[in-house]
Amino acid sequence: MAKEDLGLEITELRLGLPDTEHVSVANKNGEKKNKRVFSEIDGVGDENSSSGGGDRKMESKNQVVGWPPVCSYRKKNSVNEASKMYVKVSMDGAPFLRKMDLGLHKGYSDLAFALEKLFGCYGMVEALKNAENSEHVPIYEDKDGDWMLVGDVPWEMFMESCKRLRIMKRADAKGFGLQPKGSLKGFIESVGK
Amino acid sequence: MNIFPDEVIEQIFGYVTSQRDRNALSLVCKNWHKLERCSRKSVLIGNCYSISPERVIERFPELKSLTLKGKPHFADFNLVPHGWGGFVYPWIEALAKTKVDLEKLKLKRMVVTDEGLELLARSFMNFKSLVLLSCEGFTTTGLAAIAANCRFLRELDLQENEVDDHKGQWLSCFPDCCTSLVSLNFACLKGEINLGALERLVARSPNLKSLRLNHTVPLSALQRILMQAPQLVDLGIGSFIHDPHSEVYTRLKNTIIKCKSMTSLSGFFEVLPGCLRAIYPVCMNLTALNLSYAAGIHCRELIKLIRRCGKLQRLWIMDCIGDYGLGVVASTCKDLQELRVFPSVLIGLNGPAGVSEKGLVAISMGCTKLHSLLYFCQQMTNAALITVAKNCPNCIRFRLCILDPTKPDPDTLQPLDEGFGAIVQSCKQLRRLSLSGQLTDRVFLYIGVYAEQLEMLSIAFAGQSDKGMMYVLNGCKKLRKLEIRDSPFGDPALLTDMGKYETMRSLWMSSCDVTIGACKALAEKMRRLNVEIFNENEKVDCSVDGGQKVQKMYLYRTLAGRRNDAPEHVWIL
Repeated sequence: MAKEDLGLEITELRLGLPDTEHVSVANKNGEKKNKRVFSEIDGVGDENSSSGGGDRKMESKNQVVGWPPVCSYRKKNSVNEASKMYVKVSMDGAPFLRKMDLGLHKGYSDLAFALEKLFGCYGMVEALKNAENSEHVPIYEDKDGDWMLVGDVPWEMFMESCKRLRIMKRADAKGFGLQPKGSLKGFIESVGK
Repeated sequence: MNIFPDEVIEQIFGYVTSQRDRNALSLVCKNWHKLERCSRKSVLIGNCYSISPERVIERFPELKSLTLKGKPHFADFNLVPHGWGGFVYPWIEALAKTKVDLEKLKLKRMVVTDEGLELLARSFMNFKSLVLLSCEGFTTTGLAAIAANCRFLRELDLQENEVDDHKGQWLSCFPDCCTSLVSLNFACLKGEINLGALERLVARSPNLKSLRLNHTVPLSALQRILMQAPQLVDLGIGSFIHDPHSEVYTRLKNTIIKCKSMTSLSGFFEVLPGCLRAIYPVCMNLTALNLSYAAGIHCRELIKLIRRCGKLQRLWIMDCIGDYGLGVVASTCKDLQELRVFPSVLIGLNGPAGVSEKGLVAISMGCTKLHSLLYFCQQMTNAALITVAKNCPNCIRFRLCILDPTKPDPDTLQPLDEGFGAIVQSCKQLRRLSLSGQLTDRVFLYIGVYAEQLEMLSIAFAGQSDKGMMYVLNGCKKLRKLEIRDSPFGDPALLTDMGKYETMRSLWMSSCDVTIGACKALAEKMRRLNVEIFNENEKVDCSVDGGQKVQKMYLYRTLAGRRNDAPEHVWIL
């Protein structure tokens, strides 16, 4: 059975840090392999990295703290005002909304930490990895007005299409009309029926 | 040594100002030691934990100006856990208690509180100058206390601090009788200030030479301020956005033309490229230009601007200038001494990809007076580094950061050992060096052999074995600060020459191969070192097996013993 077609690769156990981007790259034989590639910041393929003591550090380069070595003050303040992407963020049960600049964040886990800080609600990071089991579910409204589960599409695509964010209680999520891509549990259940 | 009476010797000492020279004087004989210490006005404590404030005050009773540095350099990159230390309050308290006639306080990477600022403001009648660099922990309330109480304040210089802005009226707290300001820099503050109060303050400060505004000060206010202060030498522009065809803008242009003394420009936190024309008249006099926060200026405008700045000595920019732009710098700025090129990749600019070795080579050929360099780039080659080494033998600071930290020479796929080797061999006065790119132990051999004047070395993702670190410790006799991250150096290297660390200010090692056992052994043997270990915000388990690797270690020489202000997750061995 062609497992690959079912999109079950997300069930694979793999060692790696959260939010490392997995991209399918066809190798010489045309086989697709999920290859961990470096973010645009580095712009370098794996070939150049397999030497010296740098090896074991390479995989975590995407998430390397403190690299490039630019002081945190400068990192926070080098943003062009015009490129800011402020979106409203609401959380069920919170009396008022907040605003957040998506452009400040590098990826989903960064966003999750920021959401946790903003509302003091823990479990955002977990929610992104495993929406099924957490108390809160982050969703967003896209350009078409649809409410989507956060985390399905590549980060850049998300940044561009996200118009507003909502942290919803899991209990309320059923029957809300979400459009999850490859919702695993639902798929397996429906296959099994 | 009693040829001259003491008064004469003291007079002669008055001409010796550098701390190092004065330290040397104090070692000649007991009498000179006494004369020197009783006349010393200015002291730099490079590590606030190396000595207690009481001892400093005891030795230098005539102290007027104190400079303190707190956290290690890698704190800038979030490698030091929050709450680690560097509190200035005990120092201010000690100075106040012993009634030192403090006039100037300069702090770098320290934790400053409002209480500390309030105590400072109340305790020293002749206080004149407060300079805070990369500090944190205070709010605009503390600044208000300084403004309100320091009647003879000349300088308030806040650079790159994390300040909690309560958007209060701190600037309005400068009393009407305060007319002594020479330098005011609040560029790092996030909140609005009372523009009227600022304009009145500038109007009554005839000696004001340096003014750096934050991003909330609009162009219209800038124009009014410059009208009051055409004598400004150093200007930091906040917001530079206005309709270039408006009357306000025209007035600004005419006002700027009158600023004949202006030689230094910075800021531009918000900028409309079409507005830059207004500053063209001052460009030809500029010796310093810092556009490293001006994300709104695009490559083309940047180059147009720089073509007019023939006298530049110091230039800080972002890498969106590109190799071509650096070529323009090289042909225009023949007096350039210091260049810093920062990565714009941080702000997600999708433009031409930064700078490469080509830009650096162009600079080295055109700017023969270059002595300080900080260069973030996409790639570097050995050939380029060898050329740069040949062209810039007078380089004192050379900091290279390739954005991919282990990238080899893209042309030869070789490590960059030979390139950096050429740098240390040619630049005989090199005092500071930061390495990056793919590097083996060989580069450290070169450094150990040739870098005789090297005082500070930063290493990341480099080397192959303990030998690398040992070459450095063995060879660089003047080494003061060594900071290493993510490199395969372990216990043998750490313990090879324990006495060496007493000749240095500090050693930082993170994500290396050093074990707890070795750190303990080092701390046990060397009583005048503090060896600190911390993992990321977890309380360190003291009972853990000695073979376990240490995440972060920071050691420094000290006469003050263990410090007692460390948080739970920092373990002092």
